[in-house]
Amino acid sequence: MPTKREKDAVTGRETTGHEWDGIRELDTPLPKWWLYVFYACIAFAVVYSVLYPSIPLISTHTRGILGYTNRDALTRSTAEAATQQAKFRDRVRDASLEDIRKDPDLLAFAETGGRSAFNENCAPCHRTGGAGAKGYPNLADDDWLWGGTLAAIHQTIAHGIRNADPDSRQSQMPRFGADGLLTPPQISDVADYVMSLSHQPAPADAARRGSKIFAENCAPCHGEHGTGNQELGAKNLTDGIWLYGGDKATLVETLTYARNSSMPSWSARLDPTTIKMLAIYVHSLGGGQ
Amino acid sequence: MAVAVTTKDTALPAERYNEDVVRAFVIATVFWGLAAFAVGVFIAFQLTFPVLNLGLEWTSFGRLRPLHTSAAIFAFGGNALLGTSFYVVQRTCRATLWGGRPLAWFIFWGYQFFIVMAAVGYLEGVTKSREYAEPEWFNDIWLTIVWVAYLGVFLGTVLKRREPHIYVANWFYLAFIVTIAVLHIVNNLTVPVSVFGAKSYSLFSGVQDALIQWWYGHNAVGFFLTAGFLGMMYYFIPKQADRPIYSYRLSVVHFWALIFLYIWAGPHHLHYTALPDWAQTLGMVFSVMLWMPSWGGMINGLMTLSGAWDKLRTDPGLRFSVTAVAFYGMSTFEGPMMSIKQVNGLSHYTNWTIGHVHSGALGWVAFITFGALYYLVPALWHRRGLYSTRLASYHYWIATLGILFYIVSMWVAGIMQGLMWRAYDQYGFLQYSFAEVVARMHPFYLMRALGGVLFLLGAVIMAYNLWRTARGELSADLPARVGLATQPAE
Repeated sequence: MPTKREKDAVTGRETTGHEWDGIRELDTPLPKWWLYVFYACIAFAVVYSVLYPSIPLISTHTRGILGYTNRDALTRSTAEAATQQAKFRDRVRDASLEDIRKDPDLLAFAETGGRSAFNENCAPCHRTGGAGAKGYPNLADDDWLWGGTLAAIHQTIAHGIRNADPDSRQSQMPRFGADGLLTPPQISDVADYVMSLSHQPAPADAARRGSKIFAENCAPCHGEHGTGNQELGAKNLTDGIWLYGGDKATLVETLTYARNSSMPSWSARLDPTTIKMLAIYVHSLGGGQ
Repeated sequence: MAVAVTTKDTALPAERYNEDVVRAFVIATVFWGLAAFAVGVFIAFQLTFPVLNLGLEWTSFGRLRPLHTSAAIFAFGGNALLGTSFYVVQRTCRATLWGGRPLAWFIFWGYQFFIVMAAVGYLEGVTKSREYAEPEWFNDIWLTIVWVAYLGVFLGTVLKRREPHIYVANWFYLAFIVTIAVLHIVNNLTVPVSVFGAKSYSLFSGVQDALIQWWYGHNAVGFFLTAGFLGMMYYFIPKQADRPIYSYRLSVVHFWALIFLYIWAGPHHLHYTALPDWAQTLGMVFSVMLWMPSWGGMINGLMTLSGAWDKLRTDPGLRFSVTAVAFYGMSTFEGPMMSIKQVNGLSHYTNWTIGHVHSGALGWVAFITFGALYYLVPALWHRRGLYSTRLASYHYWIATLGILFYIVSMWVAGIMQGLMWRAYDQYGFLQYSFAEVVARMHPFYLMRALGGVLFLLGAVIMAYNLWRTARGELSADLPARVGLATQPAE
């Protein structure tokens, strides 16, 4: 072993005598602070392993002096949170929607809880604050498809719209064009008439022709004057508020293929108390009746 | 009388080493580096402005993200490791590559083929969906063949060395090669749906599968991105600083401590999951114990500069290497800290993790590679120095600024995200919905993307500088750096 230990003038250390491609190594001992911090980390590891579950055995593992498990910690903290909310939650569960609205404390709790549940479950479609998006109604205005009373809102949230829940709200607009119920010129005329209902410019003679077709095909649900019917979820066509759009092209598309979008039945996913709070919150957004 | 120990030229005549293949690896490193950084910048902007997903499956974030991570780790990092390991092992063993030129070229082209197959697969949706191990079974088998050849060449060269001892850089390279082989094979045990089908399913399921995946994932960081690059550090820093390694004893102790402890730390990626409590504890305490062994490499890197700190002013390559070691120290403190369950409860699943990874990837892995490249290109193309040290200096400052933008924005975003997720109002309801938290990330995502742009810009400057260097040109801006001890003037 060729050892040519040299002394390095800069550090005063000797080299190990090894050399590779000109690289040499100093024979510096381990830095004390490094070694002690390393020992301290090992000591911490040993102590922590004694306190917490750590060593696997044949069919079990050491439980640790503290008896901690993730599952216990989760159960405990959710139980603790439930206890803290129980005072209000139980009252919300037992009170009627109208009574909740009359009790300022309960109302504040329900609106806060409703907001939290809304943002997690409803906002992806209806947007934060219920601002709505194309195909997803604005919940902050007073234009309601299925009714804006507390009871109606609660029913819609609990059972949804056009889904498999037997209590869900059901209605179906016919596919007037796709199923051949109306010809394309007729659909064009109806679209012009619907535009005239919301005071948009439309050719007068086409709208007149369209009004006759409307009276036979659309009025049964949307009403003689197009003001809608909340029993059927038939929207008001006169107020200038549109779910998909009120321009000619969109109306022709809607008449041709219909829309019939659906909303989930939330009673399958959320507990009754949360659904109540959601109803209170949505009702409070601005358009509650 | 004692004199300052410097490096001496004891190499074989340069023409006897296989430098062709190392040059190819250097070019591939720069090429894939630019690709990885560019895709990273693009997907950073996708997160900021989702419209950039372009509505196409091939350009969606879900497909481009593994393209970025694989390009950064395996294409850029992998080519850097393979290339430098071939350079270092020949010179520190005073031996040419075992297996000769054909085997070395097989490894080069075989590895590039693996990368291209993986990348094309990702874009087409061919993926195991296993983080950092997305290539499908047939590509995994191909990589295994290439990797075994690589192990053979490296080990064969070490065995036929004409030095009495094995240099520390080679211990790290060897640990990297062997461990990656083991990790790659076990993690990718899958059952193909058919011999002619690309799809396969993992042999493991449930929490066992998750643990195998993170045992692999964590040690990909530990052995690919740490041990391998420490090997690089142990050669290029003493060469650039022209000083001996600070402590032989420290290198022995921290090497074995690192190797032994790293392999157990994977479960810290699965805190508060279905993973049994005992495994979470062990993952955490092994990570804490890993702190000092990691720092051993930092100490040896930084202290090697004793008596040569002035070189930082004149050698931008060395500045990259030393800054890399500083980022390495910071990341390897942050890592054990984030593995502590209480800290992890806040940091896990947030952008803090992304920031942590990138302080390691950009600050350590990329910077130590840039340092090596600025050393290697003049050495391999037998030039007297870089085309322009001033351009290299610009690269250094632009890239450092880019990293700071990146990690600071992700720290703030991550901690904010963690705090918002756990915020309750006065009635005990969650204060913020998930979507609200996402919306708040926008300014930080933008800042991160700008950091990425700076980092990419720096790399483009480097590529230009290295290209001019390889052509043998010297810029008029500064006198050429002379004194590459390893290379005789032409």
